[in-house]
Amino acid sequence: MRGFAATLMMIAAAALLPATAATAAEITGAGATFPYPIYAKWADAYKTRTGVAMNYQSIGSGGGIAQIKAGTIDFGASDMPLAADDLKAAGLMQFPAIVGGVVPVMNLDGVAPGAMRLTGPVLADIYLGKIRKWNDKAIAELNAGVALPDEAIAVVRRSDGSGTTFIFTDYLSKVSPEWKSRVGSSTAVAWPEGVGGKGNEGVAAYVQRIRGAIGYVEYAYAKRNRMTHASVRNRDGQFVQPDDATFKAAAANADWKNAPGFYQILTDQPGRTAWPITGASFILMHVRQDKPQNAAEVLKFFDWSFRNGQKLAEALDYVPLPSAVVTIVEDAWKTQIGDGAGKAVWH
Amino acid sequence: MENADRRWRRQGGVALSARNPATRAPYSPASPPPLFALPAVDPRLHARRAAAGRHQDAWFEHATRAFAALVLALLVCIIVALAYAALPALRTFGAAFFVTDVWNPVTGQFGALAPIYGTLVTSAIALLIGVPVSFGIAIFLTEMCPATLKRPLGTAVELLAAIPSIIYGMWGLFVFAPFFADHVEPLLTRVFGGVWLLGRLFEGAPTGLGMLTAGVILAVMIIPFIASVMRDVFDVVPPVLKESAYGLGCTTWEVVRNIVVPCTRIGVAGGIMLGLGRALGETMAVTFVIGNANRIRASLFEPGNSIASALANEFNEAADPVHRGALMALGLVLFVLTLIVLAASRILIARLSRAQGAPT
Repeated sequence: MRGFAATLMMIAAAALLPATAATAAEITGAGATFPYPIYAKWADAYKTRTGVAMNYQSIGSGGGIAQIKAGTIDFGASDMPLAADDLKAAGLMQFPAIVGGVVPVMNLDGVAPGAMRLTGPVLADIYLGKIRKWNDKAIAELNAGVALPDEAIAVVRRSDGSGTTFIFTDYLSKVSPEWKSRVGSSTAVAWPEGVGGKGNEGVAAYVQRIRGAIGYVEYAYAKRNRMTHASVRNRDGQFVQPDDATFKAAAANADWKNAPGFYQILTDQPGRTAWPITGASFILMHVRQDKPQNAAEVLKFFDWSFRNGQKLAEALDYVPLPSAVVTIVEDAWKTQIGDGAGKAVWH
Repeated sequence: MENADRRWRRQGGVALSARNPATRAPYSPASPPPLFALPAVDPRLHARRAAAGRHQDAWFEHATRAFAALVLALLVCIIVALAYAALPALRTFGAAFFVTDVWNPVTGQFGALAPIYGTLVTSAIALLIGVPVSFGIAIFLTEMCPATLKRPLGTAVELLAAIPSIIYGMWGLFVFAPFFADHVEPLLTRVFGGVWLLGRLFEGAPTGLGMLTAGVILAVMIIPFIASVMRDVFDVVPPVLKESAYGLGCTTWEVVRNIVVPCTRIGVAGGIMLGLGRALGETMAVTFVIGNANRIRASLFEPGNSIASALANEFNEAADPVHRGALMALGLVLFVLTLIVLAASRILIARLSRAQGAPT
């Protein structure tokens, strides 16, 4: 019996030893699911190049915020930026790391991808249940050449809390006062209409299945499933198609410099070519680091990713941060993140 | 020796005294020959085995007690943890949490009524469909099935129970829901649409997603559980009883009604409760097809939500403590709901066995 226990302890000790030795070359992060594919890709590439492992767990933005506040991870990730006051209260700073777009998709016979034109207010009215037919006057006015069927609109949205929903509802709140007062914006809202699909894949499946359905998914899903997307009128009055260029335009035109705590949501940004339903995913870090070497590793990782990971991001249909924004972000690292004594971690 | 003997027997062994050739009655042609011959055992080995058995026995007893206690401890821990985590929500909303149907993460208003309603309705649909079908399967397998079909059919039913629920969910979403939307739901609307009150249950757009689809998927999922329990209890009905009834000229249906079912009522109730327990807590399959809308509508075609589905959907991104607390409170409600079902089944079984006079 005693021999067995001793063996067990030896096995446990043997298992723990390499783990403690490895922590020096490993950084951990957790949070948002939206950027998980690209963070994982970057981590993989970064490890083969530098030997430093980045372990990212996509537990959801809520979990990421909770874990970084509890100090169990080196960085948290959230699709919804924290307000400047919340950041201050928790001793955190945030910066954008990656940009993506959300696309309205639908299932309508005889309508080519990109042929349907929509505006923000019309989208809001559809999701509020005020526009119920595809041949409604409001839609017909925007689509003179398109044969619109006399079909009921089936509204599809996300059932799980998600950054995609946050970006979409934030956009609707900006363009429709009624949406803002009745529903508002968050990762999950009290939807007045429609059925909820779990995940992008759930929404995509529902839209492809239900005739006359409209939904919203991340760009990559719309593109890979060859879904019928709509073009949307942006703030400058132009109808734009969703693609890398229009997402990039939205990210570049945003006024990052004057946004305290980088609280900047990329929906409804100015610019002739800006896609109106664009969003960034954010990284959260402590302002005062009790493990400055870990913080430095995290920043090195993102610095490397910003500079060398652009191809990888584009391959996954994300939009890398424009270089002007990277400069602003790295300046913020210098001034905001310090070790216990307040000495800057990033030089 | 006496003591060891008793212990040995408790462990399922043949009485040691019976093995001792000295005390065993000598073989005579009058007494039937033993079914199998026991090997002669050295008495010294007996003593050693008994001593070792005593140690083993004590150890075994402690170990089993510890495992049983572990279950209780886990249960208490889970209840305490759930209640503690639910506090922020319960403190904010009080008892109103259980009777309001607002679920608004933006304004931080939460009420559990819609998910509770959805859970109960989908489970009720599942039982309504699942119980008669399971009953038919079990009766066929035990009473009417040709012997060559019995094994493969029985195994097939049990295999259904082994399919992971996410597979049911995906099958439900990609195969079953479209079929439902195109064929079953329009038919239901056509048949019942005009009927007073009943028509209210089957109105609205046939999207194939909603409470009805979720209930039917749940029925498919619980049928193997209920059917295999029913088959097992039907199998143990004493053949003498059935054969006597057949001898009196009863038809199969009469035998089932008057002999098999009354004999096995308790086991059948247990099987149904097992199925209900699974239906209440089922998560992934329901999430895929229920439509996930936190509202209460009369029509079964309308999307609804169940407790387990709401948890699976929102837990990841619930950052606000009140939102998290509300989800935890939902978990607590599901826990209590399941407890009530189990308690109700116990009471039912106790009452049935009292009415029957003897436990089965």
